[in-house]
Amino acid sequence: MLRLFEVIGKRLLLGFVTLFIVSLLIFSAISLLPGDFAQAVLGQSATEDTLAAFRAGLGLDKPLIQRYFDWIVGVMRGDFGSSFSGRNSSGFDLSRPVLEIMAPKLRNTVFLALVTAVIAVPLALILGLLTALFRNSIFDRSANGLTLTTISAPEFFLAYILIIGFGGLLPTIANVKPDMGLFERLRLVALPTITLTLVIVAHMMRMTRAAIINLLASPYIEMARLSGASQTEIIFRHALPNAWAPIATVIAFNLAYLVVGVVVVEVVFTYEGIGKLMVDSVGSRDIPVVQACALIFAATYILLNLLADLIGIFTNPRLLHPR
Amino acid sequence: MTEIKPKAAPSALNETGAVRLRRSRFDRLRILLSRAPLTAWFGMIVVAIYGIAAVFAPWIAPYGEAEIFAKADDVWSKEHWLGTDQIGRDVLTRLLYGARNTVGIALGTTMLSFLIGGGLGLMAAIDRGWIDQVFSRGIDVLMAIPSLIFALMLLAIFDSSIIGLILIIGVLDATRVFRLARSVSLNIAVMDYVEAARLRGENMGWIMTREILPNILPPLIAEFGLRFIFVFLTIAALSFLGMGVQPPTADWGSMVRENARWITYVPYFPFQEALYYALKPLLPAGCIALLTIAVNFIVDWFLHETSGLRDV
Repeated sequence: MLRLFEVIGKRLLLGFVTLFIVSLLIFSAISLLPGDFAQAVLGQSATEDTLAAFRAGLGLDKPLIQRYFDWIVGVMRGDFGSSFSGRNSSGFDLSRPVLEIMAPKLRNTVFLALVTAVIAVPLALILGLLTALFRNSIFDRSANGLTLTTISAPEFFLAYILIIGFGGLLPTIANVKPDMGLFERLRLVALPTITLTLVIVAHMMRMTRAAIINLLASPYIEMARLSGASQTEIIFRHALPNAWAPIATVIAFNLAYLVVGVVVVEVVFTYEGIGKLMVDSVGSRDIPVVQACALIFAATYILLNLLADLIGIFTNPRLLHPR
Repeated sequence: MTEIKPKAAPSALNETGAVRLRRSRFDRLRILLSRAPLTAWFGMIVVAIYGIAAVFAPWIAPYGEAEIFAKADDVWSKEHWLGTDQIGRDVLTRLLYGARNTVGIALGTTMLSFLIGGGLGLMAAIDRGWIDQVFSRGIDVLMAIPSLIFALMLLAIFDSSIIGLILIIGVLDATRVFRLARSVSLNIAVMDYVEAARLRGENMGWIMTREILPNILPPLIAEFGLRFIFVFLTIAALSFLGMGVQPPTADWGSMVRENARWITYVPYFPFQEALYYALKPLLPAGCIALLTIAVNFIVDWFLHETSGLRDV
């Protein structure tokens, strides 16, 4: 039991160290910015005073390390600083806090990701299990070909095909409003959800299939088969308990993939989520917003991978005794 | 790969007495190709066509890359087989030049990432000391950030020139190559002949290129195909988002973006118009999808041939 805690503690520590270094990387990006971006943000007509005030407001007169700690402490309190947009040369500051801009979009993205996950995960697991069981059948082969195609195609290709196919029936612009009911929201995100589902189901299904086939080839399954266990018994009593770790990894990996896929899909369907916000801010060089978005994406990604590893540790006692 | 050629009736005497003939490279290639499945042939033919289009684009294309004609958003005609885009450039010409630019950039990026990732991976595997530790831990951290997000962040800071794009994606992708190169060469680096080379006093470069590299080539080549697909799709996605290849350079990702303005109206157009406006963004997008599928097929076949991998 003590070893279990040791392994988990080590993994958690590693996760936090990674998170720390990643946040350091994302923060130091701002100091890589070429030239004087105070001038670029405020415009050519900004006076020396307003420029100085802007720099002082960002703390550019302080050393980098201190700025990092100011920033990260703010982030932990939920304060991501304020956006570059809305500032102008007169020095009159109309900018909004990054958190205020981000919060509703983050909610939208989480909604889209959750709906997709709820549909995609069970579907992928069932399909993966079935293709592994009926290996090399026509069902398996056609599923294989189909998933290879959806993996190969870029997300926007799938999205446009769906728009052309279902554009008459389902809304192609997912302009959700805060006061909408659940049903109306679901109708609006139908096409984005289907696009994302197609992509990650393909990945997840192939990985689940590979994990189970790998497992079915191991000697103890052979032993169970020779001892006369039935097919269902082998799958559910012998194979599945050992398959949870790889399956958990597959799920976490694909949910992390969802984080990336969401960017393109949100732009295609002009869905006001965090991915679209990031792309827009990259275009307008709104560095504080870009940093906040990158940090959220990276943190989600790291935490999901951490979760997969932890599930792997819990369900596989052999990992507790590494040689 | 030696083969005994029976001259007369197959008997033990003839077999042992026969001259052992070595098959030429060409023979081996011919035999390999004759066993290739249909999907692999499909992949190879598609890649060949793309290669021809990319190399000979300036000679095949009917017009200049950024030549602008009077009629914008034109439908298909004798002069413009696939119509013109939103500012009046010939779509067919842009597609052909796109093969050159998009595939060229992706290929250059993949090569860069193999040069960096492969080199460092081999070094780490041979060293197994502090170099290995430093690289491996550093790369663990870099891999913790999704590369599209990282690339977007870097592009917010640096200009998205083609060189910048190749450098950013190449370095980010090198992390994946490093992992593979290191893990496959670890098994080779402990072999006796590597030890012998080291005792002989060969330097790091010799051990990397002459002793280890030839033995890890098959997985690396397969990985090259897969990384190429990934890089190609990442750059296409970035260009589609408007952060990648910038106009007037013809590029499939940006072409999809530029030509997609009418796509949401397609279901409401009469059939003929619907077809025109649907195909404009779908053609470049389809070009991207077709190439990735083709390369996937070839890699599948290659993995099957070199590793005897039966499934997955």
